[in-house]
Amino acid sequence: MSDITVTQELDCRGLNCPMPIMKTKKAVDGLSSGDVLKMVATDPGSANDMIAWAKRTGNELVKTEEGNGEFVFFVKKK
Amino acid sequence: MSEQKKVSLIAAHGGLDWGYPPFIIASAAAALDMDVQIFFTFYGLTLLKKKIDLKVTPVGNPTMPMKMPFGPKFFQNIDWPIPNFMTGNLPFFDNIATGLMKMTFKKHGVASLEELREVCQDVGVKFIGCQMTMDVFGFKKDEFVDGVEIGGAAMMLEYAVDTDIQLFL
Repeated sequence: MSDITVTQELDCRGLNCPMPIMKTKKAVDGLSSGDVLKMVATDPGSANDMIAWAKRTGNELVKTEEGNGEFVFFVKKK
Repeated sequence: MSEQKKVSLIAAHGGLDWGYPPFIIASAAAALDMDVQIFFTFYGLTLLKKKIDLKVTPVGNPTMPMKMPFGPKFFQNIDWPIPNFMTGNLPFFDNIATGLMKMTFKKHGVASLEELREVCQDVGVKFIGCQMTMDVFGFKKDEFVDGVEIGGAAMMLEYAVDTDIQLFL
């Protein structure tokens, strides 16, 4: 669990709904199955939005971290 | 996964405030792998114009927060109790309210309406413009962004009848 290999990083700091989800979707679209995207956001709404997005799209939210006003998501493409 | 979900939105309002919900919900739905169509009718049609020029008015909207997007935190938190008879009668008050709302949105990292609309088209949201309203308001198709289809209530309903979510905004 601790050794997640990140394929791509995406900075969504300062962006508000729905942009973090939109940028995540576009980034994941460009990845291959099994790749991991690390996304960083400051929008508190993105925490629940990312859970909903992963549930709906079937991509896996491998890990979520929170601290210093930032939310870090690790998404594994299905 | 189950078959693709579908969303039908009707955008009928043309205020700066009401311009956001259709584009935000449509783009988010598309990100969630849903098929989305927005039917723009009445004042909502102005959202399709190449250059979006919308205003917001506190008149008839007494719960609209009147806050300043600049200055110290305590100042920004003040909800100015400006009565309707003033907001309705002060010259250019709508311009001031519009400017303040744009500033507030930008400060909170909310994308502009043009950006959100572009994001929608980018992820395949379909835009339908209402022919009847175009005739009534004198709007031409070439005033709109590219990729808009023109139709009527029947066209909207034919799509909406098989959708999972239908919202009138």
